[in-house]
Amino acid sequence: MKIAVLSGKGGTGKTLVAVNLAAVAKNSVYADCDVEEPNGYLFFQPTEVTKHQVTVSIPSIDYNHCSGCRKCVDFCQFNALAYIAQKPAFFADLCHSCGGCVLLCPEHAISEKQNTIGKIFIGRSKTITVITGIMDTGRASGVSVIRQVLHCLNQKNKTGTIGIIDCPPGSACIVMESIREADYCVLVAEPTIFGLHNLQMVIELVQLFNKPFGIVLNKCTADANPSAEYCHEKNLTILASIAFDKKLGQLVSDGQIAVHCDPLWHELFVSLLDKIIKEAGYEAATDNQR
Amino acid sequence: MNIAIPVDETKTNVCASLGRAPYFMIINANTSEKTIIDNPAIAASGGAGIKAAQSVIDQNVKAILTPRCGMNAAEAFKAAGIPLYQTVSESIDQSLEAFNKGELIELQNIHPGFHGRGGK
Repeated sequence: MKIAVLSGKGGTGKTLVAVNLAAVAKNSVYADCDVEEPNGYLFFQPTEVTKHQVTVSIPSIDYNHCSGCRKCVDFCQFNALAYIAQKPAFFADLCHSCGGCVLLCPEHAISEKQNTIGKIFIGRSKTITVITGIMDTGRASGVSVIRQVLHCLNQKNKTGTIGIIDCPPGSACIVMESIREADYCVLVAEPTIFGLHNLQMVIELVQLFNKPFGIVLNKCTADANPSAEYCHEKNLTILASIAFDKKLGQLVSDGQIAVHCDPLWHELFVSLLDKIIKEAGYEAATDNQR
Repeated sequence: MNIAIPVDETKTNVCASLGRAPYFMIINANTSEKTIIDNPAIAASGGAGIKAAQSVIDQNVKAILTPRCGMNAAEAFKAAGIPLYQTVSESIDQSLEAFNKGELIELQNIHPGFHGRGGK
Protein backbone atom coordinates (compact mmCIF):
# COMPACT_ATOMS: atom_id res chain seq x y z
CA MET A 1 0.00 0.00 0.00
CA LYS A 2 1.22 3.48 -0.86
CA ILE A 3 0.12 6.58 1.02
CA ALA A 4 0.97 10.02 -0.38
CA VAL A 5 1.19 12.99 1.98
CA LEU A 6 0.69 16.33 0.30
CA SER A 7 -0.39 19.92 0.85
CA GLY A 8 -1.05 22.99 -1.25
CA LYS A 9 1.68 24.97 0.44
CA GLY A 10 4.96 24.40 2.23
CA GLY A 11 5.26 24.33 6.00
CA THR A 12 1.90 22.73 6.79
CA GLY A 13 3.44 19.61 8.29
CA LYS A 14 3.75 17.15 5.41
CA THR A 15 7.08 15.83 6.57
CA LEU A 16 5.90 15.69 10.21
CA VAL A 17 2.94 13.52 9.16
CA ALA A 18 4.88 11.42 6.61
CA VAL A 19 7.85 10.70 8.90
CA ASN A 20 5.67 9.79 11.89
CA LEU A 21 3.36 7.58 9.80
CA ALA A 22 6.40 5.71 8.50
CA ALA A 23 7.72 5.43 12.07
CA VAL A 24 4.56 3.78 13.46
CA ALA A 25 4.11 1.35 10.56
CA LYS A 26 5.58 -2.08 11.23
CA ASN A 27 7.56 -2.28 8.04
CA SER A 28 7.63 0.82 5.95
CA VAL A 29 9.39 2.54 3.10
CA TYR A 30 9.63 6.30 3.38
CA ALA A 31 10.10 7.94 -0.03
CA ASP A 32 11.00 11.64 -0.04
CA CYS A 33 9.75 13.09 -3.33
CA ASP A 34 10.33 16.70 -2.27
CA VAL A 35 13.43 16.54 -4.46
CA GLU A 36 14.13 20.28 -4.42
CA GLU A 37 14.69 20.22 -0.68
CA PRO A 38 14.26 16.76 0.84
CA ASN A 39 14.47 16.75 4.65
CA GLY A 40 12.87 13.49 5.88
CA TYR A 41 16.31 11.86 6.13
CA LEU A 42 17.24 14.38 8.82
CA PHE A 43 14.78 12.63 11.14
CA PHE A 44 15.61 9.05 10.18
CA GLN A 45 19.40 9.45 10.01
CA PRO A 46 19.62 6.38 7.73
CA THR A 47 22.70 4.15 7.67
CA GLU A 48 24.08 1.72 5.05
CA VAL A 49 23.26 4.41 2.50
CA THR A 50 23.79 3.68 -1.18
CA LYS A 51 23.89 6.43 -3.80
CA HIS A 52 22.48 6.20 -7.32
CA GLN A 53 22.68 8.71 -10.17
CA VAL A 54 19.52 9.81 -11.95
CA THR A 55 20.09 10.41 -15.64
CA VAL A 56 17.87 11.39 -18.55
CA SER A 57 18.52 11.01 -22.28
CA ILE A 58 19.25 14.17 -24.25
CA PRO A 59 20.17 14.50 -27.93
CA SER A 60 23.73 14.71 -29.12
CA ILE A 61 24.00 16.22 -32.60
CA ASP A 62 26.71 15.14 -35.03
CA TYR A 63 27.13 18.30 -37.09
CA ASN A 64 29.25 16.46 -39.68
CA HIS A 65 26.17 14.48 -40.68
CA CYS A 66 23.51 17.15 -40.09
CA SER A 67 22.07 18.41 -43.39
CA GLY A 68 20.30 21.33 -41.74
CA CYS A 69 16.85 20.12 -42.83
CA ARG A 70 15.22 21.61 -39.71
CA LYS A 71 12.89 18.64 -39.13
CA CYS A 72 14.07 18.17 -35.53
CA VAL A 73 13.60 21.88 -34.71
CA ASP A 74 10.09 21.99 -36.12
CA PHE A 75 9.17 18.80 -34.29
CA CYS A 76 10.35 19.79 -30.79
CA GLN A 77 7.30 20.78 -28.72
CA PHE A 78 9.43 22.10 -25.86
CA ASN A 79 11.46 24.62 -27.87
CA ALA A 80 14.66 22.90 -26.85
CA LEU A 81 15.97 23.15 -30.41
CA ALA A 82 16.42 26.34 -32.43
CA TYR A 83 17.44 26.71 -36.07
CA ILE A 84 20.37 29.06 -36.17
CA ALA A 85 22.76 29.57 -39.08
CA GLN A 86 21.28 26.56 -40.93
CA LYS A 87 21.95 24.19 -38.02
CA PRO A 88 19.99 23.03 -34.96
CA ALA A 89 21.14 24.51 -31.64
CA PHE A 90 20.24 22.54 -28.51
CA PHE A 91 19.07 23.97 -25.17
CA ALA A 92 19.40 21.18 -22.61
CA ASP A 93 17.38 22.90 -19.88
CA LEU A 94 14.23 22.78 -21.98
CA CYS A 95 14.57 19.19 -23.21
CA HIS A 96 11.91 16.77 -21.92
CA SER A 97 13.82 13.68 -23.16
CA CYS A 98 11.04 12.58 -25.51
CA GLY A 99 13.54 11.22 -28.06
CA GLY A 100 11.51 12.51 -31.02
CA CYS A 101 14.39 14.34 -32.68
CA VAL A 102 16.51 11.18 -32.62
CA LEU A 103 13.78 9.15 -34.33
CA LEU A 104 12.99 11.84 -36.86
CA CYS A 105 16.44 12.81 -38.13
CA PRO A 106 16.67 11.57 -41.76
CA GLU A 107 20.48 11.72 -41.64
CA HIS A 108 20.70 9.76 -38.34
CA ALA A 109 22.85 12.64 -37.11
CA ILE A 110 21.25 12.71 -33.64
CA SER A 111 22.02 10.12 -30.99
CA GLU A 112 21.13 10.02 -27.29
CA LYS A 113 23.51 10.70 -24.46
CA GLN A 114 22.93 10.54 -20.72
CA ASN A 115 22.68 13.70 -18.67
CA THR A 116 22.81 13.50 -14.86
CA ILE A 117 20.05 15.55 -13.21
CA GLY A 118 19.97 14.24 -9.65
CA LYS A 119 20.74 11.53 -7.10
CA ILE A 120 18.86 8.91 -5.09
CA PHE A 121 20.02 7.81 -1.63
CA ILE A 122 18.67 4.57 -0.18
CA GLY A 123 19.37 3.69 3.45
CA ARG A 124 17.93 1.97 6.53
CA SER A 125 16.67 3.35 9.81
CA LYS A 126 15.78 0.32 11.99
CA THR A 127 12.91 -1.38 10.13
CA ILE A 128 12.32 1.59 7.83
CA THR A 129 13.79 1.93 4.35
CA VAL A 130 14.51 5.57 3.61
CA ILE A 131 14.62 6.70 -0.04
CA THR A 132 15.65 10.29 -0.74
CA GLY A 133 15.61 11.97 -4.14
CA ILE A 134 17.69 15.11 -4.68
CA MET A 135 17.55 17.16 -7.84
CA ASP A 136 20.81 18.82 -8.89
CA THR A 137 20.82 22.58 -8.37
CA GLY A 138 19.72 24.56 -11.41
CA ARG A 139 17.67 21.83 -13.08
CA ALA A 140 14.27 22.89 -14.38
CA SER A 141 12.12 19.94 -13.30
CA GLY A 142 12.36 17.20 -10.69
CA VAL A 143 9.88 14.91 -12.41
CA SER A 144 12.52 12.39 -13.59
CA VAL A 145 14.08 12.25 -10.13
CA ILE A 146 10.65 11.64 -8.55
CA ARG A 147 9.92 8.90 -11.09
CA GLN A 148 13.16 7.20 -10.04
CA VAL A 149 12.33 7.56 -6.31
CA LEU A 150 8.97 5.89 -6.93
CA HIS A 151 10.61 3.16 -8.98
CA CYS A 152 12.87 2.42 -5.99
CA LEU A 153 9.83 2.53 -3.69
CA ASN A 154 8.06 -0.08 -5.83
CA GLN A 155 11.13 -2.33 -5.64
CA LYS A 156 11.37 -2.03 -1.84
CA ASN A 157 7.65 -1.97 -1.08
CA LYS A 158 6.79 -5.64 -0.74
CA THR A 159 3.41 -7.04 0.29
CA GLY A 160 2.56 -6.09 3.87
CA THR A 161 4.81 -3.06 3.95
CA ILE A 162 3.55 0.48 3.85
CA GLY A 163 5.03 3.02 1.47
CA ILE A 164 4.84 6.64 2.58
CA ILE A 165 5.36 9.21 -0.16
CA ASP A 166 6.39 12.63 1.15
CA CYS A 167 5.32 14.94 -1.69
CA PRO A 168 6.65 18.33 -2.74
CA PRO A 169 4.41 21.28 -1.81
CA GLY A 170 1.93 22.74 -4.28
CA SER A 171 -0.18 21.14 -6.99
CA ALA A 172 2.12 21.23 -10.04
CA CYS A 173 3.60 18.46 -12.24
CA ILE A 174 6.00 17.29 -9.52
CA VAL A 175 3.07 16.66 -7.17
CA MET A 176 1.04 14.89 -9.87
CA GLU A 177 4.02 12.63 -10.54
CA SER A 178 4.37 11.92 -6.79
CA ILE A 179 0.74 10.85 -6.26
CA ARG A 180 0.28 9.03 -9.56
CA GLU A 181 0.65 5.56 -8.05
CA ALA A 182 -0.62 6.30 -4.54
CA ASP A 183 -3.49 4.22 -3.15
CA TYR A 184 -4.53 6.96 -0.74
CA CYS A 185 -3.76 10.67 -0.33
CA VAL A 186 -3.39 12.47 2.99
CA LEU A 187 -3.87 16.22 2.68
CA VAL A 188 -2.30 18.30 5.44
CA ALA A 189 -3.93 21.69 6.03
CA GLU A 190 -3.37 24.76 8.18
CA PRO A 191 -6.20 26.54 10.03
CA THR A 192 -6.04 29.77 8.03
CA ILE A 193 -7.82 31.28 5.01
CA PHE A 194 -4.58 30.94 3.06
CA GLY A 195 -4.32 27.32 4.25
CA LEU A 196 -7.87 26.65 3.04
CA HIS A 197 -7.15 28.20 -0.35
CA ASN A 198 -4.20 25.85 -0.84
CA LEU A 199 -6.15 22.90 0.54
CA GLN A 200 -8.84 23.46 -2.08
CA MET A 201 -6.20 23.35 -4.81
CA VAL A 202 -4.91 19.94 -3.72
CA ILE A 203 -8.45 18.61 -3.21
CA GLU A 204 -9.13 19.52 -6.83
CA LEU A 205 -5.92 17.76 -7.85
CA VAL A 206 -6.56 14.47 -6.03
CA GLN A 207 -10.15 14.42 -7.29
CA LEU A 208 -8.84 14.86 -10.83
CA PHE A 209 -6.75 11.73 -10.27
CA ASN A 210 -9.69 9.89 -8.65
CA LYS A 211 -7.68 9.23 -5.50
CA PRO A 212 -9.38 8.44 -2.21
CA PHE A 213 -8.28 11.08 0.29
CA GLY A 214 -8.64 12.40 3.83
CA ILE A 215 -7.50 15.52 5.60
CA VAL A 216 -5.18 16.08 8.55
CA LEU A 217 -5.82 19.44 10.20
CA ASN A 218 -2.54 20.64 11.68
CA LYS A 219 -1.66 23.49 14.07
CA CYS A 220 -5.24 23.68 15.33
CA THR A 221 -6.03 26.29 17.98
CA ALA A 222 -9.18 27.41 19.80
CA ASP A 223 -9.67 30.06 17.11
CA ALA A 224 -11.73 29.66 13.94
CA ASN A 225 -10.47 27.01 11.53
CA PRO A 226 -11.57 27.78 7.94
CA SER A 227 -10.07 24.49 6.71
CA ALA A 228 -12.09 22.47 9.26
CA GLU A 229 -15.26 24.40 8.44
CA TYR A 230 -14.77 23.67 4.75
CA CYS A 231 -14.30 19.94 5.44
CA HIS A 232 -17.53 19.83 7.49
CA GLU A 233 -19.41 21.80 4.88
CA LYS A 234 -18.26 19.52 2.03
CA ASN A 235 -18.54 16.37 4.15
CA LEU A 236 -14.86 15.51 3.66
CA THR A 237 -13.05 12.96 5.82
CA ILE A 238 -11.02 14.53 8.63
CA LEU A 239 -8.48 11.87 9.60
CA ALA A 240 -6.93 13.73 12.53
CA SER A 241 -6.65 17.15 14.14
CA ILE A 242 -3.22 17.99 15.52
CA ALA A 243 -3.18 20.80 18.05
CA PHE A 244 -0.74 23.69 17.75
CA ASP A 245 1.95 22.74 20.25
CA LYS A 246 5.27 24.47 20.81
CA LYS A 247 6.71 21.27 22.27
CA LEU A 248 5.99 19.45 19.01
CA GLY A 249 7.54 22.31 17.04
CA GLN A 250 10.65 22.13 19.22
CA LEU A 251 10.96 18.36 18.70
CA VAL A 252 10.67 18.78 14.93
CA SER A 253 13.27 21.54 14.84
CA ASP A 254 15.57 19.27 16.88
CA GLY A 255 15.17 16.53 14.26
CA GLN A 256 13.27 14.23 16.64
CA ILE A 257 10.57 11.79 15.55
CA ALA A 258 7.56 12.76 17.69
CA VAL A 259 6.12 9.24 18.08
CA HIS A 260 9.38 8.12 19.71
CA CYS A 261 9.20 10.95 22.25
CA ASP A 262 5.71 10.87 23.69
CA PRO A 263 3.10 8.07 23.97
CA LEU A 264 0.35 10.59 23.17
CA TRP A 265 1.81 11.32 19.76
CA HIS A 266 2.49 7.65 19.21
CA GLU A 267 -1.17 6.97 19.87
CA LEU A 268 -2.24 9.80 17.57
CA PHE A 269 -0.22 8.52 14.61
CA VAL A 270 -1.10 4.86 15.21
CA SER A 271 -4.78 5.74 15.09
CA LEU A 272 -4.17 8.00 12.06
CA LEU A 273 -2.49 5.17 10.18
CA ASP A 274 -5.25 2.73 11.19
CA LYS A 275 -7.85 5.15 9.95
CA ILE A 276 -6.05 5.65 6.63
CA ILE A 277 -5.76 1.90 6.13
CA LYS A 278 -9.45 1.42 6.91
CA GLU A 279 -10.44 4.29 4.65
CA ALA A 280 -8.34 2.82 1.86
CA GLY A 281 -9.79 -0.63 2.50
CA TYR A 282 -6.56 -2.29 3.57
CA GLU A 283 -5.85 -4.63 6.48
CA ALA A 284 -4.41 -3.06 9.62
CA ALA A 285 -0.64 -3.29 9.87
CA THR A 286 0.41 -0.90 12.59
CA ASP A 287 2.85 -1.45 15.37
CA ASN A 288 1.02 -1.07 18.66
CA GLN A 289 3.96 -2.16 20.80
CA ARG A 290 6.36 0.61 21.54
CA MET B 1 18.63 44.82 -43.38
CA ASN B 2 15.72 44.19 -40.99
CA ILE B 3 15.29 45.38 -37.41
CA ALA B 4 12.93 43.70 -34.93
CA ILE B 5 11.12 45.24 -31.92
CA PRO B 6 8.79 43.42 -29.49
CA VAL B 7 5.50 45.34 -29.47
CA ASP B 8 2.47 45.22 -27.16
CA GLU B 9 -1.26 44.88 -27.90
CA THR B 10 -1.48 48.48 -29.11
CA LYS B 11 1.02 47.66 -31.88
CA THR B 12 2.45 51.14 -31.37
CA ASN B 13 4.44 50.67 -28.15
CA VAL B 14 7.49 48.61 -27.28
CA CYS B 15 6.54 45.56 -25.19
CA ALA B 16 8.28 45.13 -21.82
CA SER B 17 8.74 41.41 -22.53
CA LEU B 18 10.54 39.90 -25.49
CA GLY B 19 9.67 36.20 -25.18
CA ARG B 20 6.02 36.83 -24.29
CA ALA B 21 5.42 39.92 -26.47
CA PRO B 22 2.20 39.49 -28.49
CA TYR B 23 3.81 40.81 -31.69
CA PHE B 24 7.10 41.73 -33.27
CA MET B 25 7.49 44.68 -35.57
CA ILE B 26 9.92 44.01 -38.41
CA ILE B 27 11.32 47.20 -39.92
CA ASN B 28 13.10 47.21 -43.24
CA ALA B 29 15.91 49.69 -42.58
CA ASN B 30 16.29 50.54 -46.28
CA THR B 31 12.66 51.19 -47.16
CA SER B 32 11.39 51.95 -43.59
CA GLU B 33 8.55 49.54 -44.34
CA LYS B 34 7.01 48.13 -41.15
CA THR B 35 5.33 44.76 -40.82
CA ILE B 36 3.79 43.22 -37.71
CA ILE B 37 4.19 39.48 -37.13
CA ASP B 38 2.55 37.36 -34.42
CA ASN B 39 4.83 35.99 -31.73
CA PRO B 40 4.16 32.22 -31.86
CA ALA B 41 5.62 31.89 -28.33
CA ILE B 42 3.07 34.06 -26.52
CA ALA B 43 1.27 31.03 -25.08
CA ALA B 44 4.17 28.53 -25.11
CA SER B 45 4.23 26.47 -21.92
CA GLY B 46 8.00 26.58 -21.82
CA GLY B 47 10.92 27.77 -23.91
CA ALA B 48 9.11 30.94 -24.99
CA GLY B 49 12.40 32.82 -25.30
CA ILE B 50 13.81 30.31 -27.79
CA LYS B 51 10.60 30.11 -29.78
CA ALA B 52 10.28 33.90 -29.95
CA ALA B 53 13.95 34.25 -30.89
CA GLN B 54 13.47 31.65 -33.63
CA SER B 55 10.59 33.59 -35.19
CA VAL B 56 12.69 36.76 -35.21
CA ILE B 57 15.83 35.03 -36.52
CA ASP B 58 13.74 33.60 -39.37
CA GLN B 59 12.88 37.17 -40.44
CA ASN B 60 16.47 37.78 -41.51
CA VAL B 61 16.89 40.36 -38.76
CA LYS B 62 20.24 42.08 -38.22
CA ALA B 63 19.44 43.97 -35.00
CA ILE B 64 16.90 43.77 -32.18
CA LEU B 65 15.70 46.73 -30.14
CA THR B 66 14.29 45.56 -26.80
CA PRO B 67 14.08 46.76 -23.19
CA ARG B 68 15.27 43.37 -21.94
CA CYS B 69 15.97 39.77 -22.90
CA GLY B 70 16.12 36.40 -21.15
CA MET B 71 19.11 34.10 -21.05
CA ASN B 72 17.96 31.45 -23.53
CA ALA B 73 16.79 33.96 -26.14
CA ALA B 74 20.01 35.94 -25.70
CA GLU B 75 22.02 32.78 -26.30
CA ALA B 76 20.06 32.06 -29.49
CA PHE B 77 20.58 35.62 -30.78
CA LYS B 78 24.28 35.43 -29.91
CA ALA B 79 24.64 32.16 -31.83
CA ALA B 80 22.85 33.79 -34.77
CA GLY B 81 25.16 36.82 -34.53
CA ILE B 82 22.29 39.27 -34.00
CA PRO B 83 23.06 42.13 -31.57
CA LEU B 84 20.51 43.40 -29.00
CA TYR B 85 20.12 47.11 -28.33
CA GLN B 86 18.39 48.41 -25.25
CA THR B 87 15.40 50.67 -25.86
CA VAL B 88 14.96 53.67 -23.57
CA SER B 89 11.48 54.72 -24.65
CA GLU B 90 8.11 52.99 -24.91
CA SER B 91 7.62 54.63 -28.28
CA ILE B 92 8.60 52.56 -31.29
CA ASP B 93 9.30 55.67 -33.39
CA GLN B 94 11.53 57.22 -30.74
CA SER B 95 13.38 53.93 -30.30
CA LEU B 96 13.99 53.65 -34.04
CA GLU B 97 15.14 57.26 -34.23
CA ALA B 98 17.56 56.75 -31.34
CA PHE B 99 18.86 53.58 -32.97
CA ASN B 100 19.37 55.30 -36.33
CA LYS B 101 21.30 58.11 -34.61
CA GLY B 102 23.50 55.48 -32.97
CA GLU B 103 22.29 56.44 -29.48
CA LEU B 104 21.21 53.00 -28.26
CA ILE B 105 23.75 50.87 -26.42
CA GLU B 106 23.96 47.11 -26.53
CA LEU B 107 21.78 45.38 -23.90
CA GLN B 108 23.98 44.47 -20.94
CA ASN B 109 21.61 42.95 -18.40
CA ILE B 110 20.45 39.55 -19.56
CA HIS B 111 17.98 38.25 -16.96
CA PRO B 112 17.96 34.54 -16.09
CA GLY B 113 14.43 34.11 -17.46
CA PHE B 114 11.16 33.50 -15.61
CA HIS B 115 10.65 29.92 -16.78
CA GLY B 116 7.00 29.55 -15.92
CA ARG B 117 7.22 31.59 -12.73
CA GLY B 118 5.82 34.87 -14.04
CA GLY B 119 7.62 37.94 -12.76
CA LYS B 120 7.22 41.55 -13.76
